[in-house]
Amino acid sequence: MSEIFGIPTQALFGQLLIGLINGSFYALLSLGLAVIFGMLNIINFAHGAQYMMGAFCAYFLLSKLGLGYWWALLLAPVIVGATGIVIERLMLARLYQLDHLYGLLLTFGLALVIQGLFRNEFGSSGLPYNIPKGLEGGRNLGFMFLPNYRAWVVVASLVVCLATWFVIEKTRLGAYLRAATENPALVQAFGINVPRMITLTYGFGVGLAALAGVMAAPIYQVNPLMGADLIIVVFAVVVIGGMGSIMGSIVTGFALGVIEGLTKVFYPEASNTVIFIIMAIVLLVRPQGLFGQR
Amino acid sequence: MPDPRDGALLAVRDLHAWYGESHILHGVSFEVREGEVVTLLGRNGTGKTTTLKSIMGMVGRRTGEIRFEGRELVGLASNRIARFGVAFCPEERGIFASLSVAENLQLPPQVREGGLGLEQIFELFPNLQERLSSQGTKLSGGEQQMLAIGRILHTGARLLLLDEPTEGLAPVIVQQIGAIIGKLKARGFTILLVEQNFRFAATVADRHYVMEHGRVIDMIPNAELESQLGKLHDYLGV
Repeated sequence: MSEIFGIPTQALFGQLLIGLINGSFYALLSLGLAVIFGMLNIINFAHGAQYMMGAFCAYFLLSKLGLGYWWALLLAPVIVGATGIVIERLMLARLYQLDHLYGLLLTFGLALVIQGLFRNEFGSSGLPYNIPKGLEGGRNLGFMFLPNYRAWVVVASLVVCLATWFVIEKTRLGAYLRAATENPALVQAFGINVPRMITLTYGFGVGLAALAGVMAAPIYQVNPLMGADLIIVVFAVVVIGGMGSIMGSIVTGFALGVIEGLTKVFYPEASNTVIFIIMAIVLLVRPQGLFGQR
Repeated sequence: MPDPRDGALLAVRDLHAWYGESHILHGVSFEVREGEVVTLLGRNGTGKTTTLKSIMGMVGRRTGEIRFEGRELVGLASNRIARFGVAFCPEERGIFASLSVAENLQLPPQVREGGLGLEQIFELFPNLQERLSSQGTKLSGGEQQMLAIGRILHTGARLLLLDEPTEGLAPVIVQQIGAIIGKLKARGFTILLVEQNFRFAATVADRHYVMEHGRVIDMIPNAELESQLGKLHDYLGV
């Protein structure tokens, strides 16, 4: 078997793939957080719970309505995004004048409540969700075995992330969003319904989390605490990338997934902490994050 | 002081406005007729900017009447007001740093037919055409002011609210802005202008309202400005 730096290639590329998979979820989730933070100035701690809701939504669509993965990919973000819109209208909208801390506390509380409810109902052992037909199996690339579903997750996540970046940075709608981030009162005085745009932005960010949840369901199972474990790492990713930076959250998400995967190969003892070590260094050297401006 | 007459494009009557607990406007009344350039003059802190922002729906609370084309604006959100054809150019210019000059220029959506095309805007502001891909806030102060005025011209708004467009600009730029206001008037725009600089105001306006302590205390037609200069100096404390 061939080796690189004394590591079998099979193991190296295997971990690289796991890193890319994790990175796909880091990127999707931190992108949603960045979009929400940019527009609402709220650090959405409920993001992990909403990711979990996306996975559960997929599970229910299948078990109750017989709607499979592809339907879930479409419907779960809409359904969970709609719950986000209700939360924004009823609760978050009252907090915009206050310090970041209040939004963080409210969404943190929401996350605990939502996760508690799901755990009460479904326990914490996890429910199975199968890989969709057509993406089962995999192919042997010679140097490694590539499962089809995992390849799909990486590509789909990358496409969604880049499409979101394109809309925000290169379109008229994105110009409204960027301008409203800077000066919402003036953008509204130009005739744009900024409160509605804020509501829809939150719904979109939550929908991204739900989309990640659906994509994660066949890989990690459907578990009430799946988001709680992940969101801590995602916040570290956001801090490293720079709060609110769109491209920063995408690049940092994928890069840290890969770094984490490689650490598992070269120094497994540090694989659970490497992201937090990087976060600490970034905070010391460049507190606004690698791509942050403020 | 004359009463606001019916038939004006904009008629403001007994307007009160608050920022939080602070009562800023104490019964402002004035009118602007179609095609006029009217200024609000007054010292700092007399409520000129707040008057513009109240018309635009950008203050916390307001009471009284603001009628634009006969339609009541009090109680409406600013995005609805803009859609009726009122456009605002803020004192701080409000150029967006995360947008290019081109994006800044095209940001305000078209609310009515009859706005200026980009070609016509570039005729008025030739500098902007060369800087379209620059970041909005990389322009000079004068260029930013021109961008701030230029971007509301394509919306089709008929009433332009300009808040101190000459503030902090070199005399030669102030002259250019004056010439542009003249051209806009000739094109049929109606302009309500807040100014500290009454010498500039005298070159562009048809009438001047003087504000003090959150009220309009006098109206001076531009033709009578010279003869009433003493009174104006008292008002403005120059």
